[in-house]
Amino acid sequence: MSISNFKLTTEEYEANFADIHPPFENLTAALVEANRCIFCYDAPCMKSCPTSIDVPKFIKQIATENIKGSAHTIFTSNIMGGGCSKVCPVEKLCEGACVYNLMEEEPIQIARLQRYSTEIAIKEKWPLFTRKPSTGKKVAVIGAGPAGLSCAHVLSREGIDVTIYEKEAKGGGLMTYGIAAYKVTPEFCEDEVNYILSLGGIDIKYNQEVGKNLSLSELKAQYDAVYLSIGVGLARQLAIPGEDLEGVVDAISFIHDIRCKGYDQVKVGDKVAVIGMGMTAIDAATQAKRLGAKEVTMLYRRTQEEMPCTQVELDIAKLDGCRIVWLAAPKEVLGEDGHVKQIVCSSMVLGEPDASGRRSPVDTGETFTLDVDMVIKAAGQMPFEALVADNQLANKYGKIVTDSNGVTNINGIFAGGDCVNGGKEVVDAVQAGKDGARGILTYLGS
Amino acid sequence: MADISSDFLGIKSPNPFWLASAPPTDKKLNVLRAFEAGWGGVVWKTLGTQVKNVSSRYSAVDYHGSRVMGFNNIELISDRPLYINLREIKEVLREFPDRAMVVSLMADNTKESWHELIKQVEDTGAHGLELNFGCPHGMTERGMGAAVGQDPEIARMVVEWVMEAATIPVITKLTPNVHSVVPTGLASVQAGTNALSLINTIQSVTGIDLDTFVPNPNVAGKTAFGGYCGPAVKPIALKMLATISQNSTTSKVPVSGIGGISTWKDAVEFMLLGASNVQVCTAVMKHGFRIIEDLCEGLSYWMDDKGFKKLDDFIGKSVPTLTNWEDLDINYHIVANIDQDKCVHCGLCYIACEDTSHQSINLDYGKPYNKYTIKEEECVGCNLCQLVCPVDCCITMVEHRKGPEYLNWKDFQRLGLPLNDH
Repeated sequence: MSISNFKLTTEEYEANFADIHPPFENLTAALVEANRCIFCYDAPCMKSCPTSIDVPKFIKQIATENIKGSAHTIFTSNIMGGGCSKVCPVEKLCEGACVYNLMEEEPIQIARLQRYSTEIAIKEKWPLFTRKPSTGKKVAVIGAGPAGLSCAHVLSREGIDVTIYEKEAKGGGLMTYGIAAYKVTPEFCEDEVNYILSLGGIDIKYNQEVGKNLSLSELKAQYDAVYLSIGVGLARQLAIPGEDLEGVVDAISFIHDIRCKGYDQVKVGDKVAVIGMGMTAIDAATQAKRLGAKEVTMLYRRTQEEMPCTQVELDIAKLDGCRIVWLAAPKEVLGEDGHVKQIVCSSMVLGEPDASGRRSPVDTGETFTLDVDMVIKAAGQMPFEALVADNQLANKYGKIVTDSNGVTNINGIFAGGDCVNGGKEVVDAVQAGKDGARGILTYLGS
Repeated sequence: MADISSDFLGIKSPNPFWLASAPPTDKKLNVLRAFEAGWGGVVWKTLGTQVKNVSSRYSAVDYHGSRVMGFNNIELISDRPLYINLREIKEVLREFPDRAMVVSLMADNTKESWHELIKQVEDTGAHGLELNFGCPHGMTERGMGAAVGQDPEIARMVVEWVMEAATIPVITKLTPNVHSVVPTGLASVQAGTNALSLINTIQSVTGIDLDTFVPNPNVAGKTAFGGYCGPAVKPIALKMLATISQNSTTSKVPVSGIGGISTWKDAVEFMLLGASNVQVCTAVMKHGFRIIEDLCEGLSYWMDDKGFKKLDDFIGKSVPTLTNWEDLDINYHIVANIDQDKCVHCGLCYIACEDTSHQSINLDYGKPYNKYTIKEEECVGCNLCQLVCPVDCCITMVEHRKGPEYLNWKDFQRLGLPLNDH
């Protein structure tokens, strides 16, 4: 057993990380699907989209071969509609609400149609939006993730000059750094960011991190308003013995490395345990398998009933050959010569519902042990609690408290996205960015 | 099993499905393939003075992802030498003596030309003649085709010429490019035609290429009006057929129904409105001759279900239900009902009624599914909601008579009843 890279050939990596949801090959294919849409009124799909994309309208526009209009309809509600078409858990959003489900028919492939229009728009660099003349007002946005980019795009359209400060070397946030490569490629993320910026009026400064080489108070002094879209970053610790052994990594850094370094540069074990059952846990487990791990076991302390990921995601993991162990809570990681050797888990049973409404796991006292050489922790992410507290931002366990327009307790500082909601979907962050922009525009009197 | 064999003026065929005079019937090769597939008969593509065709010849209207909802051609009558056509007709008759062989004719505009052509065709042993008074393009400029069919007096004269010479049954094919098909139909029957067929194609422009600005089909940057057919024209053909069936003179001769027939259901509808048999073209041009199998099987099963033993049991059965508007019963009133268990909450009924009809549907907002219910007192029973509903039998129209007795518009006026009742 060993943790190593270069486990597979280039061809194998390519095949394993190929697009999991291939696009429509051509217009005819898109038309066949678009014409299935019955064009609902006050459509359930639209109401189930956090950004309220007018789905029937954009699909009708594909059907009339008005692809430009279709892309405009999507981007007007969701400037990251391209990326969202690849990463949204549509089975619990638009496609989950499609009325075809009620007819026991396959729902319209909304995401795939959305991808059709948006990919053409991004590839052709269609200038679908124009910026109003500059108002002279300046806003700083911290974090070039979905919330920040969405906020910046709305503000710039209204003539605000926006400067985004991003701690990474590229924009896109978790879209670029935190999602399985078989869903969205780093190249697409870069194209998408560039497309958003092509509006003009948005300047991004990379490798700038608040609390390190940037101070919020200084930014507040320099700009008319500041929007915080710093996300969540820190992987939740398991707080069990052996967590510091070599071979224990957190899913966020694991996925980050896959996206930044190239597949053959990322080390993966032969026998991998993944802790957690959220979307990130799935992305880590499936990618560990696709990097060449022989066995991947997902450990979750509750049952399938309570899992945070969707059934579709779980199925991807199962089809990739990941083993799922329900009601298993990690108790200790055992090592040899400083390396991971085994993981000891407590067997759980479900007890009374907790604060989240889900039945909470109770330790039975029994344990079992798995031989592993790598443990990937995906038990959630923590907000930047210290940073938030140091800047006197009202918060709840580190999550910044705002009203529905992103207004914080500090005049002129707004916030949205994962740093407020604790970590939701990309599409939720895009909507938060729009809400924040509305709050800022109101504040600036424009 | 129902008997679907057909006898049209003594011309027998194993089923009532003939191929209409058109490209599929322009040579032996196709017709043999059609008969091998099971078609009951053909009307051989129109013979006359040989012509020259252009390229391209066809264009179509697609709708909502479906190809060839309507079809258009600028092809002329047969462009093959007459002697070859005549020889091939004779050969086909020898190979398939049990199938109907009718030959479409369009002679030059003299009595002698018609007489000569009829004689040559009858020599083949063909079972009947169909007079092409309908071709809407190319031939009209030469005083033939629709130019004949659009003028009842010219049609009468030509039919009289034909009847002087013909010894086999004559079917006169009517053009729809007129205000009413009845005057020409009437003149033809009075002049002695043994039967009528309708409709020929409708003059049309199917669409324009938005890059070249040239309407379809493009012939070196120009186009000409073509003849429209296919599923899109069926309702128009049915109406024209009905007017022939309602007229006391034209209803006395058999009618061969034509116009967008693609399925056995379409065929049944034509026959219910008085057609003794039907002719098909566009559907085979899209799918080939193999569709004959379902045409026959569907018709046969339907007849069994309804207890009809032979075609005559239902031909013309719907004609008496067509009446004048002022004879319709005003006291008959229906109200929509939405089956909430079947409703998928698409809102199509609501927005159609709210924006364009009688604001008779309630909307209770929900996330993500709204609830839609009928305001019974507002509903006028127009059917629109039922027509747009994507779910079978979700919206039904329930009878709520305004009064027990039959009351038509003439009675209504005579009794001075109030108009402002809603």
